[in-house]
Amino acid sequence: MIAEQTTSTPAGSRGARPALHRRRLLTGLVLGLAALLVLALLSLVFGSRVVSWTEVVGGILDPAAGDFGQQAVATRVPRTALALLVGAALGVSGAVMQGITRNPLADPGLLGVNAGSALAVVIGIAFFAISSTSQYIWFALVGAAGAALLVYAVGSLGRAGATPLKLAVAGAATSAALVSLVSAVLLVRTDVFNVFRFWQVGGVGGADFGEMAPVLPFLALGVLLALLSAPGLDVLALGDDVARGLGGRVGGARVLAGLAAVLLSAGAVAVAGPIGFVGLVVPHAARVFTGPGHRWLLPYSALLGAVLLLGADVLGRVISRPTDIPVGIMTAVVGAPFFIWLIRRAKVREL
Amino acid sequence: MSELAAGRTARVRRRIVVTAVLAVLVVALFLVTLVVGDRIYGLPDVLGVVLGQDVPGASFTVGRLRMPRAIVALLVGAAFGMAGTLFQTMLRNPLASPDILGVGYGSSAAAVVAIGFFGAQGAVVSVVAVVAGLAVALLLYALSWRGGVQGARLVLIGIALGTVLLAVIQWVLTRTEVYKAAEALRWLSGSLSSAFWGDVPPLALAMLILTPAAFALSRRLSVLQLGDDAAAALGVKPDPTRLLIVVVAVGLISVATAAAGPVAFVAFLAGPIAARLLPGASLLAPAALVGAALVLAADLIGSNLLFTTIPVGVVTGAVGAPYLLWLVARSNRTGGRL
Repeated sequence: MIAEQTTSTPAGSRGARPALHRRRLLTGLVLGLAALLVLALLSLVFGSRVVSWTEVVGGILDPAAGDFGQQAVATRVPRTALALLVGAALGVSGAVMQGITRNPLADPGLLGVNAGSALAVVIGIAFFAISSTSQYIWFALVGAAGAALLVYAVGSLGRAGATPLKLAVAGAATSAALVSLVSAVLLVRTDVFNVFRFWQVGGVGGADFGEMAPVLPFLALGVLLALLSAPGLDVLALGDDVARGLGGRVGGARVLAGLAAVLLSAGAVAVAGPIGFVGLVVPHAARVFTGPGHRWLLPYSALLGAVLLLGADVLGRVISRPTDIPVGIMTAVVGAPFFIWLIRRAKVREL
Repeated sequence: MSELAAGRTARVRRRIVVTAVLAVLVVALFLVTLVVGDRIYGLPDVLGVVLGQDVPGASFTVGRLRMPRAIVALLVGAAFGMAGTLFQTMLRNPLASPDILGVGYGSSAAAVVAIGFFGAQGAVVSVVAVVAGLAVALLLYALSWRGGVQGARLVLIGIALGTVLLAVIQWVLTRTEVYKAAEALRWLSGSLSSAFWGDVPPLALAMLILTPAAFALSRRLSVLQLGDDAAAALGVKPDPTRLLIVVVAVGLISVATAAAGPVAFVAFLAGPIAARLLPGASLLAPAALVGAALVLAADLIGSNLLFTTIPVGVVTGAVGAPYLLWLVARSNRTGGRL
């Protein structure tokens, strides 16, 4: 294990130096909220057309006005909201997955969950003629749950249980298999391919509130379940044997948390396409402020996830104006070096 | 003592028999590929064309269309088979084949950029794919280096690089006209439908150089299997050997990918199938034969047996996926290394 949670128990870091822990939590909260505010403003200002502050205010207060700048701002408001929503969902989902699997490398993208959603959605587009988010969500949910169960079952068989290496390889293998099935459908149906190729990069451009609404209940339920499972995840972090010895219900906690992770990642995929690496990176950053306890880790992961995704989206809009690079590409380019750094830092035996 | 010797003789005999059977199978599939198509030509006609005679009709269809396709299928299958086995043996993990680790995505990403953004075709795509494949492999090796390269780290960093390259591929697909993107997708799924005689010389030349290198390295690799310290004591330097193996294996993958696209799972399947046929033996030659047989058979199925012609990579993907999951589950249950 790489993560801190094996070396210090949740209670240890909180109980030993409460004042220090409180100061860290506060620092993280202030920094996170400040970053969020600044990025949200930048997100309204930047795009193919850079607008002035008065236009930003005008666009928020009066979206129907005729001014070009104000209209640009009005389209960027839902985009910003979507980035915040998806980032928070992916952040929590990653933190929960890392908790369930006790695996610092868990992430909806790496574990094949996104590929499962993608296959289900492409089947939906091709054979069931689905075209809106409210329909994507059900297919994404089924695909995500199926892939998550498969990868976890396959990766955790055997004596050592779900080691990071086994899970990652099982996830990559499943992704490879699912992607090849996706191509099989797309090759025969160029019309589907033309829709799907824009969906599969993962982006928040062209968002509107009407498309986002159907996903909200799923995300809300996911967050609620995640928060409810926080004590269970803390117990799981001690290892199955200790957890059972302390009277924890290991299986129940896993199921509850697993459901939360699937709901959150499927909701994010349905509305923004598969976006990788956010779920991987964010919990590690959040632990710097919160320590390993899930009660604080989950909300901070939501906050930092929103910051990361919004930041990546703004950056993608700034570096290639007047077009934008989809946020899914940006998170991969930013997240992969972090992943590689994590692996290089770890001792070989711990993988 | 005599029992040991008898056991060895039996193993050698089994090895010869199995290899010969595989070779016959490959030749048979090759001939069937030449015979079968929209129009079926008799074996005498086909053999006549192979021997260079002028047979009306068959000379064009068989000689110009089916022959290069069959040759490319054969060479590509052998290359994928050898490359996959080199990786799997070196990393001691049946799942650590280049197509699953995303090493092959380097070639694919570069080729897709070349096709999609620069309208490149033919030899240019091949060169770009090979150069990029090697560059990504060297990057992977450098990133995995921390006072030596260790299997688990190589696998995980390979997965990370593959994910980024896949993102690049998907992005390129959104930035081009749909017909170019569809062309790139066809190539990405592994297809022999555009194979022609011009593809054969560069592929054959590359194979002529890389195959002996692979066989030379496989001997050193079997010494490496004894452990790094033992190998060093026997005069095989572990890290330079691993680097050479990575370069040769990725070279094979890249030339094959350049010719036919990343045909799914052939690199992954060939080694384990060969290992089941010949347990405990050096797998390079049988894996090359199995790979060639897989690609030839899958192309036959994809272009003749189904309601519509589908690329060879989709057939191997559909066969490979269930086998892959079964293998993961099984290797875990038996406590096999992962």
